[in-house]
Order: sequence, then C-alpha cells, then structure tokens
Amino acid sequence: MKKRKLNIAVTGLNAIDSPGPGVSVIRALKEATSFEARIIGLSYESLEPGIYMHDLVDHTYSIPYPGAGIDTLLARMRYIHEKEKLDVIIPNFDAELYPFIKLETKLKAMGIHMFLPTLHQFEERHKVNLNDFGKKYNILVPRSKVIHDLSSVHSLQSEFSFPMIVKGKFYDASIAYSIEQVKSYFNKISAKWGLPIIIQEFIHGTEFNVTGLGDGKGNTIAAVPMRKQYITEKGKAWGGISISDEKMLEMTRKFLHTTKWRGGFELELMKNKDGELYLLEINPRLPAWIYLAVGVGQNIPEALVHLALGEKVKPFTRYDVGKMFIRYAWDMIVDRTEFEQISIYGEL
Amino acid sequence: MKLHKNIAVSEDGLLFNPVTGESYSVNPIGVEIINLIREEKNQESICKCILAKYATDKTTFEKDYHDFLGILEHHNLIESHEEKKA
Repeated sequence: MKKRKLNIAVTGLNAIDSPGPGVSVIRALKEATSFEARIIGLSYESLEPGIYMHDLVDHTYSIPYPGAGIDTLLARMRYIHEKEKLDVIIPNFDAELYPFIKLETKLKAMGIHMFLPTLHQFEERHKVNLNDFGKKYNILVPRSKVIHDLSSVHSLQSEFSFPMIVKGKFYDASIAYSIEQVKSYFNKISAKWGLPIIIQEFIHGTEFNVTGLGDGKGNTIAAVPMRKQYITEKGKAWGGISISDEKMLEMTRKFLHTTKWRGGFELELMKNKDGELYLLEINPRLPAWIYLAVGVGQNIPEALVHLALGEKVKPFTRYDVGKMFIRYAWDMIVDRTEFEQISIYGEL
Repeated sequence: MKLHKNIAVSEDGLLFNPVTGESYSVNPIGVEIINLIREEKNQESICKCILAKYATDKTTFEKDYHDFLGILEHHNLIESHEEKKA
C-alpha cells in the first residue's frame, strides 16, 4: 500500500558543535513507517548544515529571527505555505517557540498543524519560574534566583555557596567559583541572550536526560532516559546511552500527568550521591539526541506528527536499554552557488 | 550477596549497569567470580573453585576477593557484602 505523503517543515538545521535538533528530527521523519515525509527546512543562517543535506531536506527557506516579530514570521510562513502546502511544522528552538505558539491558531486556519505546549506550559516551565514549578508540582529542583542587574550579585554570597551556576534565559550556563566569575558570566551571557540571568544552586552528581512526548491530556506517549557519556566543552552530549531507571521514568510520568504537557520535551536531571533526582531544566522541544529514541524503538517525531494532525497515537511501552549514540562531524563539499542561492534568495 | 538484577555481564568481561548507564571492564578471573556469585555460590565454594584452578593460597584469595567485592559494592553492582565479615 502506498504511504500518504506529508509536507513537514522543520527548523533547527544547525547541526554544529552545539547542534539544533532539526537534522535528527528529519532523520526520524524520513524513517517513519506510517507516512512519507517531504521535508521543508526552515533556516535562520545560510551556513546551517542541514540546508545542504539534500538527501534529507527537500527544499529550504530562510525565515526571520524571532526578534523580527510575529507578523513578519506569519507573512513568511504564508509565502512558504503557498509554495509547499505544508501539513505540519516542527519548531525546534526554545527562542522561536513563543512566536509559533502565538501563531498556532492562525496557522491551523491555513491548514498547518503543530503540536506545541500551551503558552501557560511554556511560561510555567521557564528557568526563571523553576522554583515555583518545583513547589507547585512537588518536584525536587535546585534553588535558583533571578537577577536583572550586576548590583544584585554581591547579595548572592549570603544565599548561595560556591560554586553556583550562572544561566542565560534561553541558553548557556557556566559554573562560577567566585563573585568575579559570576560578574564575568553575567556580562557575557546577558550580552548574548539578554536579561534576566538565573543563578542556580550547584548540585553535585551525575547528569541524565529524558526525552519524550506528552499528549496534552496527562498521558505519556513516549519516554526515553539517557546518560551522557561524552560531553563537549559546551556541555552538549556527543555520545550517550539509553538506560532503564524507573525513578526517572516515574518522574517523567508525574511531570506529564500533573502539567498535562503537550508536545515533545527534554528533562535535564541531576542525580546526587543519595540517589535524589533534581530537575534542572525542562526544554520545551525535542533534543538534538532525539535520534537515539528512534534507535531504541520510539520514533517520537513520527508520533508527534500524528498528534499534530489530531490522530490517535498508541503510547510506546518499551525501548531498548544499553543502545548508544555517538555523534560525529562530517565535512560536506558544497558548491558556492548553493550558498549564494540561500543567501540572496532565501531559498534552496 | 547478590549481583544487582539486570546487570549485564559479557563473556569478554564488560559489566553494564542499565540503571546508571555505566560500563566496567573486569579481567577473566573477575568474570569467573562474578559468574559464581550469579550462581549464588558462597565464599567457601568460590574459594574452592579458584584454588583448584589457579596457583594461589587461601589468604591471598580472601584478601583479593574482599577487595573485589568492595569495588563491586562501591559501584553499586552488588546488593550487599555481608560475607565480608563471615
């Protein structure tokens, strides 16, 4: 039987040293057994590697940065939709989720489906609100404080002990061992990602991640825990292994049940020496290592597409434990004209 | 004393803990001892097996055996180490 064809737009094509999830999501979609995906890449920069991976991405359009405003993004999406007849969009960056959530109704009216967290879920799980989130849902989180200016830095010494984590509101985190380092990271991170900055208690332990999918009704559609085995200087997993920790899965089910989370997610967890699990962060989208989930038997992006289209999805009940992913860098040879094409015309 | 359930042991001496995702390599005698532990043999039986196969004495075996159990316990691979005192 012929599989139905779906036009799916995907962002996060920056498969670089701190990779966006797009290329992994696309690999998952290409391996979907229930549909045939035609992939439309959505890029922000002309050097995002995914643009040039023609075996994975059928056509790419550049889109405006979130700072350009919702109307500009909507106009661009309208143009792309006219050309490509999009069925589904899977946004993969934290920073672009707000405009896409805001546009969900308008895009749906155009026939484009997404499966994103609600604005309330998106805001509630924000790093800035993690303390309240932990209290509300009775989940262990590290103590954190939001600061807006450098003058608040000195008062931190009475509230936190060193080392402490200095975090940007969207990305970046550094471990500070002195007030001077806190100041330096404050300036560095705020210059890149803006204010506020989040100061977080440092939890000693081992870092784990869980990726999964919630159906928006409190049910767990998918959940795969992973231990990072090889971590880059930027703290990104370059290798990892699937594990079977019931405590982690229980925490994930609790998170999905109590928040009624809608969409893909990644939980960043820290297990201390007493075996206590701390929730460090909730990323409201699929992670760059999502292809491991496919490799162990849970094609989460495929399931997400069905949910976006309003179709029923059976929860995954098992996955292979002890499977690893090992990332690698690969040099592509690209003709200059392709670079010119995407840079000048915004399409390739 | 028992090896934690689900701990995978390969013939080549690689131990994998599926809960933590950690792997450890042990030498061939380590694998033999782990397999004997899995068969729920007690210290005396394990000692007999090793002494029958290798040129060592009981005192050396006991010292190395307890050191080995200590390492397994430290890495949370065995449930208890009661035989240490037995």
